[in-house]
Amino acid sequence: MTELLAGAKAIRTAPAADHSEGMSYLESLPRRLVTLYLPLGLIMLVLLFPFYWMALTAIKPDEQLLDLDRYNPFWTWTPTLKHVQKLLFETHYPLWLWNTTLVAVASTILSIAASVLAAYAIVRLRYRGAQWVGGAIFLAYLIPPSILFIPLSTVVFQYGLFDTPFALILTYPTILIPFSTWLLMGYFKTIPFELEECALIDGASRWQILTKIVLPLAVPGLISAFIFCFTLCWNEFIYALTFISSTQHKTVPVAIVNEFVDGDIYRWGSLMAGALVGSLPLVVLYAFFVEHYVSAMTGAVKE
Amino acid sequence: MADTLFERRGAPRILRDVTAWDRLKVHRDWLGLWFMLPAMAILILFLAYPLGLGVWLSFTDARIGRTGVFIGTENYEWLWGDSVFWLSVFNTLLYTVVASIIKFAVGLYLAVLLNHSLPFKAIIRSVVLIPFIVPTVLSAIAFWWLYDSQFSIISWSLRQTGIISSNIDFLGDPWNARWSVIFANIWRGVPFVAITLLAGLQTMPPSLYEAATIDGASQWQMFRYITYPLLTPIIAVVMTFSVLFTFTDFQLIWAMTRGGPVNATHLMATLSYQRAILSGYLGEGAAISTAMIPFLLAAILLSWFGLQRRKWQQGESND
Repeated sequence: MTELLAGAKAIRTAPAADHSEGMSYLESLPRRLVTLYLPLGLIMLVLLFPFYWMALTAIKPDEQLLDLDRYNPFWTWTPTLKHVQKLLFETHYPLWLWNTTLVAVASTILSIAASVLAAYAIVRLRYRGAQWVGGAIFLAYLIPPSILFIPLSTVVFQYGLFDTPFALILTYPTILIPFSTWLLMGYFKTIPFELEECALIDGASRWQILTKIVLPLAVPGLISAFIFCFTLCWNEFIYALTFISSTQHKTVPVAIVNEFVDGDIYRWGSLMAGALVGSLPLVVLYAFFVEHYVSAMTGAVKE
Repeated sequence: MADTLFERRGAPRILRDVTAWDRLKVHRDWLGLWFMLPAMAILILFLAYPLGLGVWLSFTDARIGRTGVFIGTENYEWLWGDSVFWLSVFNTLLYTVVASIIKFAVGLYLAVLLNHSLPFKAIIRSVVLIPFIVPTVLSAIAFWWLYDSQFSIISWSLRQTGIISSNIDFLGDPWNARWSVIFANIWRGVPFVAITLLAGLQTMPPSLYEAATIDGASQWQMFRYITYPLLTPIIAVVMTFSVLFTFTDFQLIWAMTRGGPVNATHLMATLSYQRAILSGYLGEGAAISTAMIPFLLAAILLSWFGLQRRKWQQGESND
């Protein structure tokens, strides 16, 4: 089994191998400096500066925040954890973090379970009309939340889910299932069909084939789908804004926009600390699974 | 498949009749139905049904807490004469067109840059994607602080270098606000475009570039006549997604300006939220949402033909 796994991995990673070394020896260093490093450096600076500023603001003392002329605004020698402390102990922030995690994990697991079954059925059971269902799922992927939230809010109200975590746990999968089904369909297609034929001849049921042969081979795909779904949930805003009204049920993005924005001129420190702490879990997760993340993103586009 | 109909364990194998229960367990179509059931249940209850309900609501005078009655196209007639609605359509189109074009240009440029052999290539690539990972609302809040009317670091830096004499009111002036939110959108979208196009670039055979170099092609010619044509199919798909998500954007605007100043940054999505949820006119908000559907259909058709073309180019059959 392990050889097979390695083989399947090799097949999948082969096209991503780097071929770009080819002609680059023809370029001189000064030329590379101007055409490559300079523009790349500029773009990276612009892309990363808001995060630097977010982090710096979160640890600056209040008096340095608004006085740009007396203190060097781009650095601080007296970092403080006051804002983070205020965030964690004087607001509901830990609760909001917990809500976000709970909703994200629950709806991700729900969606992945449903998507595994659906993707396997579409790719391998090939029941009548499977192609059409696959196409319909791709179309569902293209329906954005911002045209659904108004009717969904009445639906959520009718089902009695309004202002409960279940409103989000059950509606987020409408974004996640089309995406992860599409991604997993691509992964399942790369698993050799002969393996399943062998198992069928040995008398395995479809369920056994799925759990004992297909899923172990599709672990990288499952990780990709899981991480991407988790990120999408953490990021989701419009449903959480519309379906949740009480403070103790809010998720981090909604709470930051609605609960932190008061007239206080010194609010920036805690606001940026909140944004920073809310981003960290995703950045850490991303740092550990970069390759899976990228393959999820590009896989969804390429398939 | 047939052997599942035998008693497997028993020493003398006895053929038995195929029961209805066996059919439900083994038959391809029934099995397919069972496997599809969870996904379909969620998608029908929370996606297909609301989609239809949204169109129906747009023809009623529903309010929050009150089911509406059918009023024909009255909502649409009212919107037709509503200048704020037309302003939001204008803003949405401006936002989508400008942001998408720049995202495409910068994203493609960045992808080409990242495709060179670089020191710390892997790290640079992962760092580029960070703006896309961080929740949009949280980075929008960071931009809000960067765009502050009094304490903006951008204004301060420009004042120090002597380019401007007074602070720029980024989010207070209609046109400044429009360009500011467009910039934030581009900032967030470029990594996605760049990394997906980079994945396409990496599949290009290096022999083409070697042949072109021997023929004396310049960098630009190689890009224009090799890279770009080979990349067209993936560009079509990436840009469809980019246009789709830019057109229906909500969170960035809501976190930064909430549609202000004087409705200058209202997109159709934010306007529908304001009308439907904050003011309670569900029917009118649903009409604004429904008015977005034709644009989305156009984007989906574009994506469809993009995919078709890709298969044709690779010599695959259309399955």
